[in-house]
Amino acid sequence: MAPDILQFILYAAVLTALAWPLGLYLARVYEGGRNWLTPVLAPVERGFYALAGIRPDQTQHWTRYALSVLAFSLGSWAVLYAILRLQHLLPFNPQGFGPLSPDLSFNTAVSFTTNTNWQAYGGETTMSYFSQMAGLTVQNFVSAGVGMAVCAAIIRGFFAREQKALGNFWVDLTRSVLYVLLPLSIVLTLFLVWQGVPQNLMAYVSATTVEGAQQSISQGPAASQIAVKQLGTNGGGFWNANSAVPYENPTPLSNLAEMVSILLVPAAFCFMFGRMVKDMRQGVAIFAAMGILFLGAFALTYVSEVPGNPAFASLPVDQSAGNMEGKEVRFGVGNSALWATATTAASNGSVNSMHDSFMPLGALAPMLLMQVGEVVFGGVGSGFYGMLSFVVLTVFLAGLMVGRTPEYLGKKIEAREVKLAVVAFLVMPVGVLGFGALAAVLPMSLSSLQDAGPHGLSEILYAYSSATGNNGSAFAGFGANVPYHNTMQGIAMLLGRFVYIVPMLAVAGSLAAKKSAPPSSGTFPTHGPLFVTLLVAVILILGGLTFFPALALGPIAEHVSMLAGKTF
Amino acid sequence: MRKKPDISLFDWRVTGPALKAALAKLDPRVMAKNPVMFVTEVVAALSTLLFLRDLVIGGETVAVTGQIAAWLWFTVYFANFAEAMAEGRGKARADTLRATQSETPAKKLASLGAETHEVVSSRALKPGDLVLVRVGDIVPADGEILEGIASVDESAITGESAPVIREAGGDRSAVTGGTRVVSDWIKVKVTSKPGESFLDRMIAMVEGAERQKTPNEIALNILLAGMTIIFLIVVVTLEPFVMYSGAVVSVVFLVALLVTLIPTTIGGLLSAIGIAGMDRLVKSNVIAKSGRAVEAAGDVDVLLLDKTGTITFGARMADAFETLPGVSAKEMAEAALLASLADETPEGRSIVDFARKHIGRTLDGTDLVAGSIPFSANTRVSGADLTDGTSLRKGAADAILAWCGLIATPELRAIVEGIAKSGGTPLLVARDRRVLGVIHLKDIVKPGIRDRFAELRRMGVRTVMITGDNPLTAAAIAAEAGVDDFLAEATPEKKLELIRKEQALGKLVAMCGDGSNDAPALAQADVGVAMNTGTPAAKEAGNLIDLDSDPTKLIEIVLVGKQLLISRGSLTTFSVANDVAKYFAILPALFVTAYPALDALNVMRLGSPGSAILSAVIFNALIIIALIPLALRGVRYQPATAASLLRRNLLVYGLGGLIVPFIGIKAIDMIVNAAGIV
Repeated sequence: MAPDILQFILYAAVLTALAWPLGLYLARVYEGGRNWLTPVLAPVERGFYALAGIRPDQTQHWTRYALSVLAFSLGSWAVLYAILRLQHLLPFNPQGFGPLSPDLSFNTAVSFTTNTNWQAYGGETTMSYFSQMAGLTVQNFVSAGVGMAVCAAIIRGFFAREQKALGNFWVDLTRSVLYVLLPLSIVLTLFLVWQGVPQNLMAYVSATTVEGAQQSISQGPAASQIAVKQLGTNGGGFWNANSAVPYENPTPLSNLAEMVSILLVPAAFCFMFGRMVKDMRQGVAIFAAMGILFLGAFALTYVSEVPGNPAFASLPVDQSAGNMEGKEVRFGVGNSALWATATTAASNGSVNSMHDSFMPLGALAPMLLMQVGEVVFGGVGSGFYGMLSFVVLTVFLAGLMVGRTPEYLGKKIEAREVKLAVVAFLVMPVGVLGFGALAAVLPMSLSSLQDAGPHGLSEILYAYSSATGNNGSAFAGFGANVPYHNTMQGIAMLLGRFVYIVPMLAVAGSLAAKKSAPPSSGTFPTHGPLFVTLLVAVILILGGLTFFPALALGPIAEHVSMLAGKTF
Repeated sequence: MRKKPDISLFDWRVTGPALKAALAKLDPRVMAKNPVMFVTEVVAALSTLLFLRDLVIGGETVAVTGQIAAWLWFTVYFANFAEAMAEGRGKARADTLRATQSETPAKKLASLGAETHEVVSSRALKPGDLVLVRVGDIVPADGEILEGIASVDESAITGESAPVIREAGGDRSAVTGGTRVVSDWIKVKVTSKPGESFLDRMIAMVEGAERQKTPNEIALNILLAGMTIIFLIVVVTLEPFVMYSGAVVSVVFLVALLVTLIPTTIGGLLSAIGIAGMDRLVKSNVIAKSGRAVEAAGDVDVLLLDKTGTITFGARMADAFETLPGVSAKEMAEAALLASLADETPEGRSIVDFARKHIGRTLDGTDLVAGSIPFSANTRVSGADLTDGTSLRKGAADAILAWCGLIATPELRAIVEGIAKSGGTPLLVARDRRVLGVIHLKDIVKPGIRDRFAELRRMGVRTVMITGDNPLTAAAIAAEAGVDDFLAEATPEKKLELIRKEQALGKLVAMCGDGSNDAPALAQADVGVAMNTGTPAAKEAGNLIDLDSDPTKLIEIVLVGKQLLISRGSLTTFSVANDVAKYFAILPALFVTAYPALDALNVMRLGSPGSAILSAVIFNALIIIALIPLALRGVRYQPATAASLLRRNLLVYGLGGLIVPFIGIKAIDMIVNAAGIV
C-alpha cells in the first residue's frame, strides 16, 4: 500500500513539474512568439505555409475556423478510409494483410480522425506497416493537433476583447504538430527505444518455445507510434493488448514515462490557459479541479482492487496482491489502477491492464471519468475546452447566486453561451444512454457481449462511453468488430468530437466579441477553493445525475450482487 | 420615503382568485411557455390515462398509479398557483391604480391663449392637445405644463400625501394623469396617447401582462429546458436498460422519476420570482420600463450620483463661527443669531439653529429686534436693527466690507480664504459697521450616506459624485461623504463623456437625473433612473422612473435587481441538489425486482417501492408550495462581497438542497405507510 501511494505522489509530482513549463511553452507557441525551437522549425513552418498557400497572418472568424476543422477532419477521414480499404495494394505489407471491411474501415477512420483511437481490430493481425505509419500514426499526430488547435482558438476567445477572429486553424494545427507533438514524441521515442521497445520494419520472427511450440513474434515501427499514442491522447496500441505487451511497455521506467505522457499535454493546457489569460490562478484552479476528480477516481479504483474478489474468499486463491485478474504481474494493482485512471481521465484509452477484469467499482471510476465528457484532463486540447463548458455552467449558476449577470474573466455569460454549452452537454447522454439503450436491447448488438447480467451492461456502457468521450479504451470482453457496433460507435465518436468542437468554438466566438469588465468585489473570484469546489460539485452532480441510473444497473448492481454472493 | 402598505403574503383577496386562476392556467397553450411545467403536465395527463386503463382492466398498482397521477397534477397546479399569487398581488395594486384612472372630463383649449374651453372626455385626448386644469380638477392625461404653476396632489400614484409644486419651464414641468390640482391652475400639453399613459404602463407592469423575460431569465430557461431534455433521455433509456436486466418497470414509475428529476421546483417558481421582483420595485415606487433595466441594476459597477439632494441636503448650513481677534464666541453667536432671526431661507434658519446650539441656552431674542432688514439685491446684505439702536448685518465679504466702509484685514482675509478653499461659503457678520467674524456655511452631507456607500463598495459598486462645484470643494465633500470618485465642474457633456469612458472599460453605469439636459446621459447609462418630477425628455430617456423622485433610490433598485437574480440562482441550485435524494428514493424501488441486492441503495429505508416513489412525488409537489413565500419575498440579501454571498447561498441552498429532501421524503413515507394508502 505505502509504495503505491508513494508512487502516486511521485507520479503527480513529475507530472506537475513537467506540465507547468510545458504550459508556458505552449502559450508561446500559440501566441506566435519566439521560442527555443524557432530557429530550427520556423523555416520548415514557413515552407509548409508556402506549399499550402496559407497566409499565416490571416485570422479566421469562429465559423470559418470551425469549417476549416470540419473540412480538414473530413479530408483526413477520406484518406484514411481509402488507405484501409486499399491496404492490400499498398506497400510495406510483409504479412500480406487483406483490405479491411467497409464498416471496420469507417469505424477505424472515424476513430483515428476524431482522436478516439477505438480499435475494433487487432493491430498485429490486421494492419500493414503502411497502414500503421501512413494512416494511423499520421492521424495520431494531426487529430491530436486538431484538438490542440481548437482549444487554443477557444482560449483566445476567452481573453480577446471585442474581436471577431479566433486565429488561423492551419497555423494552429501546424504549430501543434511541429512545435509540440513532434519534438515531444521524438524525445519519448528515443527514451522508449532505450528501454527496449522495437522500432524497425522487419517481418515477424518465428521462434520455437521451450515447450517446442511455434511462436510468431510480431514487431515493427512500434516506439514512434507508442510515443505519440501516449502524448496525443490517442491510445491506439501497436499491439492489440496495448501497453500490457512487454514490447510496448518493457520496464518500470517505461511505464512511468508512458503514464506521465498520457496526462502531460492535457495538464499543460491548464497552465497555458493561465498564462494566456494573464492570470495563472485561473489555470491553477482548473488544474486543481481536475486533480481533485482524478484523485477521487484513482482512490475509488485502487481501493476496489486492493482487497481482491470476495467471491474467491472461500477458494484456495492467494489474493494478497489484490485483484490480479487481467493485470500484469509486473505492474500489480497500484500501477494498473493509476494507468486505468489516467487513461480514462485523459481521453487516451491505452491500457496496461484489462479494465474488463477490474472489480465492479474499480471499473466504475474509469467509466464515470469518460461519461462526464472527458473533462478531467481529457484529450489534448479537447479535455480543456470540454472543461470550459462546465466552467461556463458553473459560472452561470454561481453568478446568479451572487446577484450579478454571470461573468468569467470579465466576460458576461448570457443566453447564447448557456445555449451552446447545453448543446454540448447533450452529447454524452445521447451517445452513452441513447446508443447504449439501443445496444442493450437489439439482438444484433447483444451478440457482442461476453458476459451476462450487469457486467454485460457495463460492457455496453463502457464501449459507448469510450466512443462518445473519444477515449478509445475498451472492456476486452466486448466484441466490437460487427457491422452494427462499427457503425453506431463511429456515429457516437463523431458526435462526441464535433458536437463539442462547434458549440464551444461558437461560445469562444461570442465571448471574443464581448467587452471585458474588470473584476470588482461584486464579481466572485473564479480562482479560489470555493469555485474549485463548486466546479467539482457541478461536474459530479450533473454527470452523476445523468448516468447514475444506468450505472446502478451496471457496475453498482454487479457490486452489490457480488457482496450478496450472487453471480450471473 | 414612504412605502405603500404591503399586501400580506397570503391575503385571502389574493389567494382566493389565485386558486381559481391557477386552474385556468392548466390550459396546455399557456403551459407551453414553460418547458419544465409543460413536460410535467403532459406526463400528468399520461399517468391519468394509465390510471384509467388500470381501473378498467384492474391493474395491480391502480391505487399507487392514481395517487401518483393526482400528485403530478398537484405539482402543475401548485406551480400555477405560485404564478397566480404573484400576479394577484400585482393585480391588487393595479386595481387601486385603476380607480384613479377612471374617465374624467377635460377642459380642452384650442390654443394657449384661448379664452374658452371645450369639455371633452379624457379618453378623447391626443398627444399635442392643450388642456386647462383648474383647482380641484383631475389632470386628465400625462403632459407638460406650458403655462402656470400649481400644487398637485400626487398621492394616488406615489402615496405621498403632501402636495408638490409643478410649474412651467424648468425641471418640474411634468404632470401625471390621475393626479389632482389642489391650488391655482395650469395649462398642459398632453404627451401620451390614450391607453399608453404612465398609469397604464404602471398597471400593465404590476399585472405582469406585459412582462418581458429578462436576459438572465431567458438564459436560465434554456438551461432548465436543457436539463429537462437530459433527464428525458435518462428516463426514456432507462426502460431498455431495465429490460436488459430482465425486469419490468411500470411506466407510471418512470414517469414519476422523470417529474421528480426535472427541475420542477425552480421551473414552477421562475415566473413567480420575476413578477414578485417587479412587484417589489413598484412597492418602492419605482416603475421599470423594461425587465432588462431591473436586471442591469443588479449588475451595476458604477453609480453616478448628483451631489445636491442626493449626497448633501443641497442647502448650505452653518457649520462654524470664526471670530476676529477681540471678539468673544458668545458675542459672535448672539450677533449671528439676531441678524438671522427674520431670515426664512434654509441658510438663515440653520444659522439660528447653530447659534442656539452654540450659546447653549435658548435665546429667543425676538423682543430685542426693532426691525429686520431683508436681503436686497442692491446691497446684498441682510440683518436687523435692535431696540437699543445697534445695527447687525450679515452678507458676502465684499458686501459687508462695503457696508462698513472698510477693507479686509489680513486676519479676516485668511479666514475667508480658508473657508472658501474647504468648499464652504464665508458669511461676514458685522455690528455697527465693525466686522465681528465669519459664519462658515457648508453643504452638509446627509447622515448615513457614508455607510450606504461603504455598503455599495462591499457589493462591488463604485460611486462617483457629480457636482458643478470646483474641484477643491468637490474633493472636500467627496472625502466627507466617502464616495470613491467625483466629477467636478460637471456639464451634461462631461457627464456623458464619463459614462462613455466607463462603458468602454466594460462597466455598467447607473445614474439618475431629472432635467432635460440629463436626458442624453440618462439614455446613455445602462440604468437611467428619471425622477417623476423631471421633464418629459428625462422621463423618456430613463429606463426606470422613480415616483418619489428620491435619488438615493438607485441604491434600492440595485438591491432589488440583485435579489431577483439571487432568488433564481439559489432555487435552481436547491432544485438540482434535491435530485440526489430523489434518486436514492426512487432507483432502489425501480430496480429491486431486477437486482434485489440494490436495496442497499435504499438508504432512507423507505417502506415499499410504491410508497417510496409516491413519497418522492409528494415531496416534489409540496416543496413548490413551501417555497412560494420565498419566491414572492425573494431570498434574503444583505450587501456583502460576492465570495461571501456565494459561500452562504451554497451552504443554505446547495447543501440544504442535498439534505432537506432526505428528511422530507422519509417523513412523508412514514406518513404514507402509517396511513396505509399504498
